[in-house]
Amino acid sequence: MLMTTDVRKTSESLPVQKATREIYLPPQRSTITGGGAAHIAAKDFSIYYGEFEAVKKVSADILSKYVTAIIGPSGCGKSTFLRAINRMNDLIPSCHTTGALLFDGDDIYGKFTDEVLLRKKIGMVFQKPNPFPKSIFDNIAYGPRLHGVNDKKKLMEIVEGSLRKAAIWDEVCDRLDKNALGLSGGQQQRLCVARTLAVEPEVLLLDEPTSALDPKATAKIEDLIQELRGSYTIMIVTHNMQQASRVSDSTMFFYEGVLVEHAPTAQLFTNPKDPMTEDYITGRFS
Amino acid sequence: MNIGTRKILDRSFTAVGIGSIVVMAFALMIVVVPIVYNGIGAVFFTGTVEHRKMLHTEFKRGDSQDLSSAVASSNRYRAKVYDMLTSFETELETMAPEKKAEYQSKYSQVRTTLQVLLGPLPGDPEPMLTRFKYGQTRWEKAEEKLHDLLYESRWDNSNPNVMSQEYFVSRAIGFEGTSLVKLFPYVKDNLESMLLPEFTVYWGFITDSSVDSHFFGGIWPEIQGTFFLAIGAMLFAFPLGVVAAVYFTEYARPGFLNSMLRSANSTLAGVPSIVFGMFGLAFFINTMKVSESKSVIAGALTLAIMILPTIIRAAEEAILAVPKTYREASLSLGSTKWNTIATVILPAALPGILTGGVISLGRAAGETAPIIFTAAVSVGSAIGLADVFSSPTPALSWNIYNLASEHEAATQLRHVQYGMVLALVTVVLLLNLSAIVLRARISKKLKC
Repeated sequence: MLMTTDVRKTSESLPVQKATREIYLPPQRSTITGGGAAHIAAKDFSIYYGEFEAVKKVSADILSKYVTAIIGPSGCGKSTFLRAINRMNDLIPSCHTTGALLFDGDDIYGKFTDEVLLRKKIGMVFQKPNPFPKSIFDNIAYGPRLHGVNDKKKLMEIVEGSLRKAAIWDEVCDRLDKNALGLSGGQQQRLCVARTLAVEPEVLLLDEPTSALDPKATAKIEDLIQELRGSYTIMIVTHNMQQASRVSDSTMFFYEGVLVEHAPTAQLFTNPKDPMTEDYITGRFS
Repeated sequence: MNIGTRKILDRSFTAVGIGSIVVMAFALMIVVVPIVYNGIGAVFFTGTVEHRKMLHTEFKRGDSQDLSSAVASSNRYRAKVYDMLTSFETELETMAPEKKAEYQSKYSQVRTTLQVLLGPLPGDPEPMLTRFKYGQTRWEKAEEKLHDLLYESRWDNSNPNVMSQEYFVSRAIGFEGTSLVKLFPYVKDNLESMLLPEFTVYWGFITDSSVDSHFFGGIWPEIQGTFFLAIGAMLFAFPLGVVAAVYFTEYARPGFLNSMLRSANSTLAGVPSIVFGMFGLAFFINTMKVSESKSVIAGALTLAIMILPTIIRAAEEAILAVPKTYREASLSLGSTKWNTIATVILPAALPGILTGGVISLGRAAGETAPIIFTAAVSVGSAIGLADVFSSPTPALSWNIYNLASEHEAATQLRHVQYGMVLALVTVVLLLNLSAIVLRARISKKLKC
């Protein structure tokens, strides 16, 4: 991708509030309503934990191949919303939804939706790096094997390709048979991205992928997102507003379960429409 | 709480902890040291020529030439004993009737003790039981029996206020003035030449079957039976237990029924083992008719039922301890629930599951009550694998109990009991050790 890798250097040499940071925004991506190109679309979508309404009547279009950041204070429902997209919330028995959440026009919570197939198309990377206690190779090959790839040569190709895409190939190529838990936190997280990429998803959900990492590893993950931008529809939940402004095309701001504002990132950070958004991004509350 | 109190509390807690560990270690020593010391005596001991005779006749072991020369040399010394007996018998014939009757009973006691010590005397009919065909095979026993020959045991109950006291009277005094009086010092002085004690290593104790209900021979059938029962129980209980644990943790909906099942499981873990024994007899043999009567399979099934709750509990704990993140990661890659369990959760939980298995295996190997009615016999030969569905088997745990309390010659066979106890401890230790090694290997593979 274009000039994107320089963002990290900028952020490292000038770590604090460089307000006029360059943001990569291709001209055709200055909008957030797709008019048919929406990859994921929410319509009056609410999520409940028992009686508690954690996400309230959200309506939004997530455009294909966009990087969409979700920001907001803790407990605002941003992770819940993200996890609803590939139905990870199914693990919580009391969780249920109303309204519609569409993926390629199909209802994610439809009666006949196969959540296993859905999760294959919508991959997810979690807050804490969570490689399996297996070798690096087996970690990446886990998904493809599940979906029926057993040919050793083919698997090797997929593993190498995924690791290259996740920009970690050079670091691990000589120890693919070593346990993945021996990697550093940042490497583990990129490994998790590679593992997700290995099943060839269309959408990549990142749930605070850098919150457990040090700044250097964070920068690498951000670079990686820039690398993947344009190839996948990416959604990233983050607490770090600089990160959101650095990596995303559009940004959603959640507050107490309500989607307050959804706008192109440059616009949301420089010229927010809602006063609440402005308060949040300027740090008046958190 | 101020810092002084806190420190005192900390220290006293440490002291109590160390103290309890020391007490436990001490108690363990008190149990283990005699077991090891006496148990080793079943294999390493001072054996007599009678032992070599027995091995040669019953097990076709040992060099015939060596044996016959040893027997010949021992017989040279024994011949004099036999001569004395014969000459006393002739003397007895010439005695007055009332004197004859008095000596006759004393003499028959002497003969009996001599038979016990040296084996059948010349002119005795061939004994029916193997145990009477040989004299003392172990030197320390021979010394005890020599004492029986030299001294008559009597009980002093003259004082009704105290318990009767045993005291010993020299038999030689009873034969004062007869030719037999020379017999006692002769046997005492020449016992070594008659029995030829030498240091013996009898590995056959581990690999032989017993002869005449553990009087001679070894304990292989018991060892094998213990292995069959314990491993058979694991074959049934381990897969069942793991499946049940997976159901409880992954599939069962929380609710009344589920919590009832779980508490039932916990209760089962605390049921006395004799109850499981009765259940095994009533259910597997009488109702299900897995076998005509006692059999290895019935015993293994009963033990399996007994250890099942432990395995389920341990497996449940292990599965619940697997980080939630593994599950999330697997599911997010488009894995089905079953695939997640089989390829991620169970491998990660395996060390914990194995720990439960190890504990249960040791318990199954050592448990006596469940096999009394379902599998164990006191005397038997080693059975083949094909016989497990029809034959009962001796087993270490049951035979230790049997030898100690029900055997007609329990006090004669202490060395066999100790040998069995040591064998049982070793078997359990070996089973545990192999499982611990397996567990360590898997753990190492899971970590980096």
